[in-house]
Amino acid sequence: FQAPAYHLILEGILIVWIIRLLFSKTYKLQERSDLTPKEKEELIEEWQPEPLVPLVPKDHPALNYNIVSGPPTHIITVNGKECINFASFNFLGLLDNENVKSAAQASLKKYGVGTCGPRGFYGTFDVHLELEERLAKFMRTEEAIIYSYGFATIASAIPAYSKRGDIVFVDEAACFAIQKGLQASRSNIKLFKHNDMADLERLLKEQETEDQKNPRKARVTRRFIVVEGLYMNTGDVCPLPELIKLKYKYKVRIFLEESLSFGVLGTHGRGITEHFGINIDDIDLISANMENSLASIGGFCCGRSFIIDHQRLSGQGYCFSASLPPLLAAAAIEALNIMEDNPDIFQTLRVKCERIHKALQGISGLKVVGESFSPALHLQLEESCGSRENDVKLLKRVVDYCMNSGIALTQACYLEKEEKCLPPPSIRVVITVEQTEQELDKAASLLKEAAQSVLN
Amino acid sequence: QKNGVSNGTLYKKTFIEHFEQAPMYVAVLTFLGFGVGTIFGYLRDFMRAWGLEKRNIATEREEQKDFVPLYQDFENFYTRNLYMRIRDNWNRPICSVPGPQFDLMERVTDDYNWTFRFTGRTIKNVINMGSYNYLGFAETDVNALKTVTIELQKYGTGICSTRQEMGTLDKHVELEKLVAKFLGVEDAMVFGMGFATNSMNIPALVGKGCLILSDELNHTSLVLGARLSGATIRIFKHNNMQSLETLLRDAIIYGQPRSRRAWRKIIILVEGIYSMEGSIVRLPELVSLKKKYKAYLYLDEAHSIGAVGATGRGVVEYFGMSPDDVDVLMGTFTKSFGAAGGYIAGKKDLVDFLRTHSHSAVYATSMCPPVAEQIIRAMKCLMGLDGTTQGLQRVRQLGKNTRYFRRRLHEMGFIIYGNDDSPVVPLLLYMPGKIGAFARRMLEKNIGVVVVGFPATPITESRARFCVSAAHTREMLDTVLNALDELGDFLHLKYSRYSKSSHPELYEETRLEFED
Repeated sequence: FQAPAYHLILEGILIVWIIRLLFSKTYKLQERSDLTPKEKEELIEEWQPEPLVPLVPKDHPALNYNIVSGPPTHIITVNGKECINFASFNFLGLLDNENVKSAAQASLKKYGVGTCGPRGFYGTFDVHLELEERLAKFMRTEEAIIYSYGFATIASAIPAYSKRGDIVFVDEAACFAIQKGLQASRSNIKLFKHNDMADLERLLKEQETEDQKNPRKARVTRRFIVVEGLYMNTGDVCPLPELIKLKYKYKVRIFLEESLSFGVLGTHGRGITEHFGINIDDIDLISANMENSLASIGGFCCGRSFIIDHQRLSGQGYCFSASLPPLLAAAAIEALNIMEDNPDIFQTLRVKCERIHKALQGISGLKVVGESFSPALHLQLEESCGSRENDVKLLKRVVDYCMNSGIALTQACYLEKEEKCLPPPSIRVVITVEQTEQELDKAASLLKEAAQSVLN
Repeated sequence: QKNGVSNGTLYKKTFIEHFEQAPMYVAVLTFLGFGVGTIFGYLRDFMRAWGLEKRNIATEREEQKDFVPLYQDFENFYTRNLYMRIRDNWNRPICSVPGPQFDLMERVTDDYNWTFRFTGRTIKNVINMGSYNYLGFAETDVNALKTVTIELQKYGTGICSTRQEMGTLDKHVELEKLVAKFLGVEDAMVFGMGFATNSMNIPALVGKGCLILSDELNHTSLVLGARLSGATIRIFKHNNMQSLETLLRDAIIYGQPRSRRAWRKIIILVEGIYSMEGSIVRLPELVSLKKKYKAYLYLDEAHSIGAVGATGRGVVEYFGMSPDDVDVLMGTFTKSFGAAGGYIAGKKDLVDFLRTHSHSAVYATSMCPPVAEQIIRAMKCLMGLDGTTQGLQRVRQLGKNTRYFRRRLHEMGFIIYGNDDSPVVPLLLYMPGKIGAFARRMLEKNIGVVVVGFPATPITESRARFCVSAAHTREMLDTVLNALDELGDFLHLKYSRYSKSSHPELYEETRLEFED
């Protein structure tokens, strides 16, 4: 065939160019002036890392723990001194209950101590299945799943559902375990002011306008609200009825963390849903730990099978960790039995909480933070003395005064650099069913004295 | 191929690991198997979507049908169609102590594994090759558990407080001193859960501006801890010291990406024994590397503490090194001690720092006293402090059992991964169909095994994993080996090209056992 001359010349030049490129030396795009091996060795010699851990000063407030000799029950021996326990979350007094101990003993005889395996590899015992069934029945949900550690429960549950790109609206006062779960999930976190439904609604509306700009993305972005039933950091409850309304209005799922409210709120101890009289199916996931009211170790999540079953393959703390030792599961079952057979302890606990809440009002220098029916209260300084360190030292003197006179208290401990919204320093006051009225009054008057002598 | 010794002078005894590759046809057939499963999966999904087949999975509430769906259909494709077919091999419930033999609850399914129902019968005395019971401390002997019973009666089961508040008991102080003595370090701290030990302490040790060099096959807890810390993570090939050295050199020479600032510190995360491969970390080379480049070493001895080493002190003792060479010694009590929980041990500065800054000390409950007592009694037994030599006997028995089991499996012609001294024995199955067949048939022969497939292992390397225990007797191991021999022939599992004689009884055992 015929081809015009310029065609042949052009193609000729192209072929020559290609051959030249093929045989030319390759070079990296970002031409670093390459270091000579001698320079590299020098750099390696010169580099000095930081020490693995910074030195901790000997007088660091958290370095020396209070050592408890014997069981941390109602009468506790701290650092050698016998005190009445106002610091352990033993709300229902089940820590030294004889029935619970004998159930654990029976389990110990039959199963030994450890389970030697995760749930998937022969670590599932019949006690675990029984405990899950009992918890589901008690909370009146379809299914429950047990974890072997309370902290890991919510920290594994959240990342199982919420992934990168999803949106989570969480209360500012959420506890550390929730914060870690959110961090592991890599989702977008939106904090709303504590218990402020107007702020939450504002954030939800903003999200709605965002969605209208990009409806395709909105169709696959999951949204969650994470709240606690009874907040550990502030002692108050979340406004659940309003949250349910917001849930259906903006189509957001609710995850409820009930570590403190399980076994405390509600006529039968079923938690905040019973307290407010809400249908439990309206809450997508309830997570709680068994380390407070049930005086065992571990945690559980309960809800509909549609939701809970997913965690059996994607909950990291469930699949990749050994299961709960059977003696602790048996103790939890027995504790549940006691809770079901004696529903009046919840009312007793509430009466005691109200009593001490009233008695602690009017202490000069300290204010009570928490609801009147909350068994875990905080006492904060009315006026801070300037720096957090000094506040902590002042509160420590109050606590030491009380400990020397026979009431065991503790300050609420936080990791100052890691918390998103650090609560102010406070003294934790925990009310249990076992405390008598005289002891409650003694504690209140002692705190008044301590505040008087230390703060004035 | 056998990975022989690369730097002979550092190793005091021979380091033999096997990672034999299967013949090519096996890989082809494996992919074919997954392909067939996937096609049928699509078919089934199609039939379910069009109502030709019953839907067995739970569904969303009516009131929430217009919410954004919680799960994407495709995410669960593997679970719905491939995992569901052989789901009966996992989560098998037991109803006795997880010793060398246990009782399984009989479980049947009427609808192809969607739901299970218990018949009420138990399958008794199934040989347990799946539980992490390396030293046999999972026992119910009344004498052995005497102190645990007493402590349970005294303390109860709960603590209801964190370490920094009111949760430190005298038992914890006793346990920590004992752990420090056992490992030969200055101080130790114990935590309530092994998984949480990693995920809550690595973020306390490293943060932004630090570099984490983590092995390819590290456990999920290490990966989670590394992610939560906020440091930069770089992965090196499994147990490959050249790959690690390249990464170290590049890190120090070129600094942080883009800003070129020097890294604040570099920490290397490795495990003592890797639970899916059975390989032991190359500790001597690692320590010499870390000293040369001034990096820190975090050693997770979850599986190796108690299981390797002449007196059960872990990989540090196995290689004849000193515990001062490793900066952070971490381990768990779930495997060799038959309890629960984890520890971190090292210099006093390190432990003091963790006491004040660890997430677990501030926000998580401490270990419960009966579990602490079980660890104390198991550790005392291992150290010989209870007046008997039982601890040492257990360690020796585990070593003997491990070597015997691995030797026989090699002779039979199976492909076994890992180091000759590791009690974790992965036996390669490769094809997805054989996973279910293997586990079910072994159960019929009254042996309980653990099988693992994708995604815990690479897609072509499904395996059965045996955990040898000191409590297994020679007869139990022989029963298992004979069953494996039969099953290996029936399922054509003997892929190895280096099989030794198939008549082991021709060799006298005394000639092959070298007492160290």
